[in-house]
Amino acid sequence: MSPLILAYLALASALASGVLALGADRYPNLLRYGSSLLLGFCGLFAILAGSWALIDETHSTDQLALGLPWLKWHLRIDPLSGFFFSIVGVLVLAISLYAPGYLREFTHQGHRQSLSVLGLFTGLFIFGMLLVLLADDAFVFMISWELMSVSSYFLVAYQHEHAANRRAAFLYLLMAHVGGLAILLGFGVLAGFSGSYTFDAMRAMELSPTWASIAFALAFFGFGMKAGMVPLHAWLPEAHPVAPSHISALMSGVMIKVAIYGLIRFVYDLVGDIQWQWGLVLLIVGATSTLLGVLYALLRNNLKRLLAYSSIENVGIIFCGLGLSMIFIGTGHTVLGVLGLMAALYHILSHALFKGLLFLGAGAIAHATYEYDLNNMGGLIRRMPQTAVFFLIGCLSISGLPALNGFVSEWLTFQTALQAPVLASGVLRSIIPVAAAVLALSAALAAACFVKVYGVAFLGMARSRRVARAREVDIGMRAGMGLLAVLCVVFGIFPSTVISIIDAVPMMLLGHGAPSASAHGWLWLTPVSPKVASYSAPLVFFAILVIALISYLLLRGEAAKIRRGPAWDCGFGSLNSRMQYTGTAYSMPIQRIFAPVWDIKEDVEETRNAVQPLQTDGIRHQLQALDKSWSRLYEPIGSLVLAAARRIGRIQTGSIHTYLAYSFFTLILLLWVVT
Amino acid sequence: MIDWLLALAQTLLFISMAPFLLGWIKRVKCHAQNRAAPSLWQPYRDLVKLFRKHTVLAERASWIFRATPYIVFGAIVLAASVVPLVALDLPNAAIADVIVLVAFFSLARCFTALAAMDIGTAFGGMGSSRDMMIGALAEPALLMAVFTMAMSASTTNLTEAVTYTLNSGLVLRPSFIFAMLGLMMVAVAETGRVPVDNPATHLELTMVHEAMILEYSGRHLALIEWADQIQLMIYMVLIANIFFPWGIATQLTANDLALSLVAITAKLMLLGVLLVIWETVMAKMRLFRVPQFLGFAFLLSLLGMLTHVILETGG
Repeated sequence: MSPLILAYLALASALASGVLALGADRYPNLLRYGSSLLLGFCGLFAILAGSWALIDETHSTDQLALGLPWLKWHLRIDPLSGFFFSIVGVLVLAISLYAPGYLREFTHQGHRQSLSVLGLFTGLFIFGMLLVLLADDAFVFMISWELMSVSSYFLVAYQHEHAANRRAAFLYLLMAHVGGLAILLGFGVLAGFSGSYTFDAMRAMELSPTWASIAFALAFFGFGMKAGMVPLHAWLPEAHPVAPSHISALMSGVMIKVAIYGLIRFVYDLVGDIQWQWGLVLLIVGATSTLLGVLYALLRNNLKRLLAYSSIENVGIIFCGLGLSMIFIGTGHTVLGVLGLMAALYHILSHALFKGLLFLGAGAIAHATYEYDLNNMGGLIRRMPQTAVFFLIGCLSISGLPALNGFVSEWLTFQTALQAPVLASGVLRSIIPVAAAVLALSAALAAACFVKVYGVAFLGMARSRRVARAREVDIGMRAGMGLLAVLCVVFGIFPSTVISIIDAVPMMLLGHGAPSASAHGWLWLTPVSPKVASYSAPLVFFAILVIALISYLLLRGEAAKIRRGPAWDCGFGSLNSRMQYTGTAYSMPIQRIFAPVWDIKEDVEETRNAVQPLQTDGIRHQLQALDKSWSRLYEPIGSLVLAAARRIGRIQTGSIHTYLAYSFFTLILLLWVVT
Repeated sequence: MIDWLLALAQTLLFISMAPFLLGWIKRVKCHAQNRAAPSLWQPYRDLVKLFRKHTVLAERASWIFRATPYIVFGAIVLAASVVPLVALDLPNAAIADVIVLVAFFSLARCFTALAAMDIGTAFGGMGSSRDMMIGALAEPALLMAVFTMAMSASTTNLTEAVTYTLNSGLVLRPSFIFAMLGLMMVAVAETGRVPVDNPATHLELTMVHEAMILEYSGRHLALIEWADQIQLMIYMVLIANIFFPWGIATQLTANDLALSLVAITAKLMLLGVLLVIWETVMAKMRLFRVPQFLGFAFLLSLLGMLTHVILETGG
């Protein structure tokens, strides 16, 4: 018995859930209960397999007689893949609880899309993600990577009756393949020098610094594109939100983590010889992604799209952690490199949990109200009290507030950045603090962003009738969100324990753990040494609780009576829900300050009174804040490609003879090149 | 064990001194502006009055609105407990370093902003939106100032940082001066003082913090006001003890502690006078000038950081 057996069981359950769903068009319950049950098993097995590999600090390998005649499938589970395996497992488990309730509306009469398609590709998508994590040669890696991309394409395109969704799906497929091509070429460089596609051979080989940098650049481009780094990110907020919400949770919560897994595996494990310049690139791209991601998120009013933009921000934070780690490793400070890697890994874990939770929450709101637009929500805390609690935990975590999990990773990233004075290069010493400043700004903006989300959606008064009549979602959906919410709290309160477990990953990759981080027991987190910095999440959590409780108890008594009365309306009479701040109004100050970041189109139409021209009858206000990467990057490249295609199109005569001649001459040319 | 008791005593001293500090500032401000001054004990009387009053809640208030005063108070009191006031080397300083301290402020601010949105009045939303904007700009400036200090002392632990300044003697560090100026500007913004916000006004167009807590009454309001007073004091103690730590007790003897108490009281009163002068000569700014103000604070802190990196490490 080894972790691999459990991993196989997880793979098999994912595949079986997809296959079982084939009958869902006739028997919808097959998808809602059968497939979900199998996904639950898949999640459990994945968690078990992953944590086993992680705790045991061993790796087990296997070869399957599949694939090419001369290249069997090499599979392997080690602490690094085990870590990601568990994360995928947790999310899949939450989804399996959530899906039966969420999918109910999809099974209603008159729903036009095929349920079989949804179930099949969900299964295949999870299968693909898990297989990527197990791959131990470039061939399996690419096969499963493509399986993951293509099956998720069908999920993005699932609600294809809207033209916007079709366009998003096409863009997604296109970008996935441009990225996939870069990854393939990156593996090509490694395989070309090692003479084999297996990861073992790639690990064993030494690359010249130039070729290593080329391989890094290709891998960074490919994996970074999938992870949604700025400026290549524009496809992500189009594609992730249009899938059904539990799929969005998987895509934003774990699929982009799989891309980051690819990057870590490629750079730390396969290439191995890390240069600090790579870290600098990662740090700069990461800091830019963080700031732009959160600013773009702030101005969105579509909840799911806002969450997708915030994923870009969080990928930026992860990149910053990895970048710091590479800078320190490349300059010979391995211990600090471990710290940076740890910060990145912790944020990967945190982000998977809270972003999954928030997407499931958005799905729950949509399920109860059919609304995605924040400006139509409001007051949901009274209609959906439990969802409101879970969503609040997600919002507080993502805002990086103590003592929840988002704060731990942010704190670790700051601690790593503060070690910059050990570096010899003055440029690095001054760039790293600036990057830390950008991170601080983004963290504060993220807090503003999620206060806006929570305040507008859950607090105040309902802004539309459907929202005013919302009902709490069923127990399964609440359980799915509850699981993730509880984990957010647990991973926030016990960081030292978690870190001593994750320690196996840097141990395997760099031969060095971070023993000092948890050296002072489960109560204390001391990344470098207790003199430099310490944080005790359990004590913080309980101290705040105790102080709040004491003040509450002391103030009970005669004076504690509470009278309810109407809110202050300045004496003008009934307040209504249209007088509240909307999402747009809430973010207006920040929009004004950072105006150059967006392409802002503001349109004000004023209708004057015909009789008295000084009197205004009505005002129409339209505000569009567009992502600049569309007009600056995507559209120019798009029109360039179109123009090039038009030129090349000239050689397409439409006659078979010409095409045969082309093939013939190409063959001759190739033969000449080869010989 | 005695250490922890001392830590508890210091925290209690901290939170009980906070209203006095505010009373002092108000009194000096009145004198400076030729107005009749209230008693030094007026803030205590106000708090007692509010604690005794019945609480009126808006009809639509949810549990967030009711829980917020306690959470805010909890976070701020915990923040106060990790700041070295009279004694160093207390065990509770290790619970949270200075980055966590900033996060406590952020926690308090987020909950206040959420509670402000809870009732669904325009004032609440307005205050919340403005305060989060100010917070979003102030926090990076604050962290930069703190990072400058942390990099010089190569620690984010407050006790260690204070010890570092004590040990290095009275030397002129350009980076510390920049950081201190940045920190002072942030403190003004974060505690809602002139020119960013005016704690004494309830004018619709200008209020920020007051707009958020407009719906609070009774003991809820008392807790929030007290927490605000403590937060103001935390900033002043930080400025006083990080940059001018002399006098703070390094040994836990009665003599040292008494001396330290006198020293910190004198420092705080002096800083209070400075704040009064600042508030008297400055006029309240328009809201959209605030980003420039905070941008300047950020720039100062960043300059401090770069000065440290380039001049003082001397690689």
